[in-house]
Amino acid sequence: MTRLAVIDHGAGNLVSIQRALEVVGGEPRIAEGPADLAGADAVVLPGVGATGAAMARLDEQGLVEPLQEWDGPLLGICVGMQLLFDSSDEDGGACLGVVPGSVQAISGRPLPHMGWNEVWTSDDPLFDGVASGSLFTFVHSFAAVPDNPSIVTATSDHGGRFVAAVRDRNYLGLQFHPERSGASGLRVLENFVGDVRRAA
Amino acid sequence: MLRSRIIPCLDVADGRVVKGVQFVNLTDEGDPVELAARYTAEGADEICFLDITASHENRGTLLDIVRRTAEHVFVPLTVGGGVRAVEDMRAVLRAGADKVTVNTAAIDRPDLIDECSAAFGAQCVVVAVDARRSGGSWEVYTHGGRNPTGIDAIEWIRDVTARGAGEILLTSMDRDGTKDGYDLPLLEAAREATSVPIVASGGAGDPSDLAAALEPGRADAALAASIFHRSEYPIPVVKEFLAEAGIPMRIVEVA
Repeated sequence: MTRLAVIDHGAGNLVSIQRALEVVGGEPRIAEGPADLAGADAVVLPGVGATGAAMARLDEQGLVEPLQEWDGPLLGICVGMQLLFDSSDEDGGACLGVVPGSVQAISGRPLPHMGWNEVWTSDDPLFDGVASGSLFTFVHSFAAVPDNPSIVTATSDHGGRFVAAVRDRNYLGLQFHPERSGASGLRVLENFVGDVRRAA
Repeated sequence: MLRSRIIPCLDVADGRVVKGVQFVNLTDEGDPVELAARYTAEGADEICFLDITASHENRGTLLDIVRRTAEHVFVPLTVGGGVRAVEDMRAVLRAGADKVTVNTAAIDRPDLIDECSAAFGAQCVVVAVDARRSGGSWEVYTHGGRNPTGIDAIEWIRDVTARGAGEILLTSMDRDGTKDGYDLPLLEAAREATSVPIVASGGAGDPSDLAAALEPGRADAALAASIFHRSEYPIPVVKEFLAEAGIPMRIVEVA
């Protein structure tokens, strides 16, 4: 069993990520507070909306410090990925600060960058079986700019290259929505769940 | 490169998919969850459900359809119909929708857009604009195209963008169900007015209509219903045509 604590961001659809993680063999449980992280093999931090509101929500739930101290695998998706960094230009506020870097506006049109776009992947194990240039769904107007470029595991392009995925120690970030990206997205989640299972 | 999206629209009434011409003469087109799954397998980039009855009694039925679809279909899901308050939108999102359209309620009380955008993020908030030609411009209609509002559609699109809409679902009430093609000047005027994605709706009769709507300076996505429901033009055929016409497409291998 691979127990995955899926943080409840309180702002939208959790059905898709939960169901997608089940389909690829994980055992997701919605986590609403620190106690819900106990016994989890990994944490999934989905995110919608603005980073400021998302941080305020984590603060209310008492999850900021527990997430900063979490030393198992932590997968941030979309805004959840952006929350891993030090700060975001979106609201000018601090994020979790577990991965050095910032979050900045992208410049393409239309904005939000909404829909399917190519993701150029590295040989990171998260992308095993996924051809570089495969299409994933995005919905965002900001993207992470890591201090250390070597943590970038995938990029995409919308008015210029931006960071689509990172891996820094136990932290994984995906700017696209694997739970809404058909077979390619499910494969990425399957790779994640497989890695967690082997490490657990 | 961002792909232009092809979005089958499923008009839902009493738990079934229906289709009529200009919102009348409804015919049964099938089960919503089955149709959504079929279209996704065929390469739909997104699925859109519009609850055209949007009655309070049908709320539970709609949420159940959304939940069952979200459990089986791993592409973005947009749902509309009857959202009048932030809590209505929360219920639809919690059921498994990624985006929610608001229409009549936003005309009655435009602050609803600001409130939903603040609560869930602009990316969740799709403002549906039903527009009908009126001389040299377009007027916004509500209640499924029955009631004129006196509001200029292009001004309204500017306004809702400023209020935090993340996408515009723009339906030509003149063309809806006619198969005469999308209202291209309407799309062009809207494109000038907003930087958020525009979904073209109303009038698709054959793949060349979608190609025209998706040309630069018009829409980012094309929504259509009857041409897909009756398999007149299956989605793979439409996408192949559009790709050959130079529109950036996501081509899915159909098993």
